[in-house]
Amino acid sequence: MRLLQDQTAGQKLGESLIIQTAVRMLVPFIQLFGLYVIVHGHYSPGGGFQGGVILGASFVLLTLAFDQKFALKYMSEKANNMLSNAGALLFTGTATLCAICYGGMFLDYSALDKLLPLGPIAWRSFGIFVIEVGVGLAVMSISASLFWLLGSNGEMDEGL
Amino acid sequence: MKVLALFATLMTGAILLYGTMDFPAFGDPQSPAATHLATYFTENAVRETHVPNLVTAVLGDYRGYDTMFETVVIYCAGLAVVSVLRKKKPSAPENKS
Repeated sequence: MRLLQDQTAGQKLGESLIIQTAVRMLVPFIQLFGLYVIVHGHYSPGGGFQGGVILGASFVLLTLAFDQKFALKYMSEKANNMLSNAGALLFTGTATLCAICYGGMFLDYSALDKLLPLGPIAWRSFGIFVIEVGVGLAVMSISASLFWLLGSNGEMDEGL
Repeated sequence: MKVLALFATLMTGAILLYGTMDFPAFGDPQSPAATHLATYFTENAVRETHVPNLVTAVLGDYRGYDTMFETVVIYCAGLAVVSVLRKKKPSAPENKS
């Protein structure tokens, strides 16, 4: 009890122990649900955009409950930029790989069957999965970085 | 001026609402959107792609260009915001050599 009082005495305006503890417990489940929405897009409503926004919202929630430095400990700026590039590149790279792979057509995933024989129809299903993951990565990191940059006036240090 | 702007907004809204009167009824099987491609997708998409969710099949496979350039648009938005807003603090003194 004494320890809690000492902790709350030194905190800044807007920081609340209740909110911080709740967010700390909630964020892993939000991220798990975001992954589920991306991966389960073949069978239920969802997909890359929706799951990516859920994953990005978990970092926004961390930033709101704590501050930006705390959120950047879990997703550094460099890793965030790398992930947005990797997401966009995964999509366009898969599409281009279909085009240069033994005379296939752009975005025709069944051409990848010549690279790794799983069957052309299975490749169409798997290709959709790969591009959904790419879309999810790009949307997650870009929505988080938009919030961080607009919220901290471009300095990415203290923020809200 | 404000009255003029309100008048223009109301007129545009009225014209748009008048335009919706020509829409086919909701769920009309004879509407143009449901007669050409939708029947092809509902009959063949699961067989051709093995994806039970037709929305994902259309979004990721048949309309792959659309989804790809949506991603590129979001990527360009992020790139523009990073390149315009991001500023580094002058932390270390610059070496003039």
